[in-house]
Amino acid sequence: MSVDQGTVRRVARLARLKVQDEDVPRLAGELNAILGFIEQLNEVDVAAVEPLTSVVTMKMKMRADEVTDGHRAGQIVANAPAQEDSFFMVPKVVE
Amino acid sequence: MTSLTSLTIAQARDGLRNRTFSALDLTEAYLSAMEKARVLNAYVVETPDKARAMAKDSDARLAGGQGGALEGIPLGIKDLFATDGVHTQACSHVLDGFKPTYESTVTANLWRDGAVMLGKLNMDEFAMGSSNETSYYGKVINPWRRKGSNAALVPGGSSGGSAAAVAAYICAGATATDTGGSIRQPAAFTGTVGIKPTYGRCSRWGIVAFASSLDQAGPIARDVRDAAILLRSMASADPKDTTSVDLPVPDYEASVGRPVKGLRVGIPREYRVDGMPAEIDALWQKAASWLREQGAEIVEISLPHTKYALPAYYIVAPAEASSNLARYDGVRYGLRVPGDDIVDMYEKSRAAGFGREVQRRILIGTYVLSAGYYDAYYVRAQKVRTLIKRDFDRAWEKVDVVLTPATPSPAFAPGEITDPVQMYLNDIFTVTVNMAGLPGISVPGGLSADGLPLGLQLIGRPFGEETLFQTAAAIEAAAGGFTAAQWW
Repeated sequence: MSVDQGTVRRVARLARLKVQDEDVPRLAGELNAILGFIEQLNEVDVAAVEPLTSVVTMKMKMRADEVTDGHRAGQIVANAPAQEDSFFMVPKVVE
Repeated sequence: MTSLTSLTIAQARDGLRNRTFSALDLTEAYLSAMEKARVLNAYVVETPDKARAMAKDSDARLAGGQGGALEGIPLGIKDLFATDGVHTQACSHVLDGFKPTYESTVTANLWRDGAVMLGKLNMDEFAMGSSNETSYYGKVINPWRRKGSNAALVPGGSSGGSAAAVAAYICAGATATDTGGSIRQPAAFTGTVGIKPTYGRCSRWGIVAFASSLDQAGPIARDVRDAAILLRSMASADPKDTTSVDLPVPDYEASVGRPVKGLRVGIPREYRVDGMPAEIDALWQKAASWLREQGAEIVEISLPHTKYALPAYYIVAPAEASSNLARYDGVRYGLRVPGDDIVDMYEKSRAAGFGREVQRRILIGTYVLSAGYYDAYYVRAQKVRTLIKRDFDRAWEKVDVVLTPATPSPAFAPGEITDPVQMYLNDIFTVTVNMAGLPGISVPGGLSADGLPLGLQLIGRPFGEETLFQTAAAIEAAAGGFTAAQWW
């Protein structure tokens, strides 16, 4: 499996990362090197193995379904690059 | 006054309780040492006003006989931990200007016990790196240098600022985090002690997320006892982190000095890797003989899937990172670069905010999780993880603790390793421990031929931290401590 330049652009788009045209060949090379390193996992027989879902055997903790916190709108937007009246401000998305 | 910074946490604790010196004296000594050591670039932010205020509060409590377990002890905090109102950026440009309005559980536990915050410590961006060269705030310089050389060396990573600050005596101890070796590898490169506890021992709440199924907090300290003291305060069962485990936190310090007679120590043959320097292999054998001399039984064991841990890690960690780092979109916090529309704004903000290594890992993670590849990569890697864990489960039938080298080499120079995969190989001995969720400690064992610290790693059963402190203290007793000569 080899990553071509088109794949780099597609993955970058999925990841919402703007890549410069001149960086695409370098990124393709680096991704292929890393994927080449990962490739050795194919020699492991995993046919009858369950994927690991938890490193520590424990029962999923449940909590009461109730409100325990809130009314912190000011704190939540405190670090926003743009905010107004406790709302996050974004570029217009609906015409 | 400068001698105050030479005290270990245990010694400083006694001096503070006996009122030999005040918490403010101790904090001032560290603040002045930090100022002189700025060339190391270990701190990205110093918080002297906060430190003095906290020290004064500690003095008031000590005067009233109410001091906590860490009362008046000055600590450095890795930039990955959210600290209320104080710079928290995971050393990334994407979190530009971020000051949380809340405190991480681990740091809150430390302040509850009376510790004093000196500042925020440098690290690889989002904890992605093994040399502290990926930080937006520049590289950290290792206080250690090769014998007869003035050339700078890296402190390891990602907790490079934590390790360098502890080794340079510009904090009494530091918080750190470990996803693939980020506590143990820098500890090994700086002659300090670092423990990554069992997954679930410390709350992850308020720690900037990298790979959630692997991330765990732990301390870096000057000796084993100090690491035990710090971990006891950092660890807790936290309702805000459902993966934190409801087990009482033991008095880890009590296991320091406990004899290792009768302890079964495993030596995994798969850790004897090609190209490992002879001096690291020799140190490993020497450590085994130290433990044997103290009455431990050395047992050869096999962990057959060891070589697959690192490639599996480079699927799991980037996959989880690509999901976790999706939140940096220029909307809720941090850097925003204007764009033609909202997607353009996202893409430009993220491209400008994330460094090269972080972008590389986001791309790998997005690729392995993309349609059609999930089973071939992520699910396969998680199955390999089951096999790695099973290797250890079998080992625990024969041994109580596993002894390995901590790193395949001593500290190297900045710029020496440019190939990403070569850099990843730094974590070859540490990453299995994260994949299996086990506790691991790095303890200095000796010096290389050119005078650099070399670390040994001990791996324990789940929640076997006490055995790690016990065994690490036995190694420390035989090896002695190692301090960098001050040149700054």
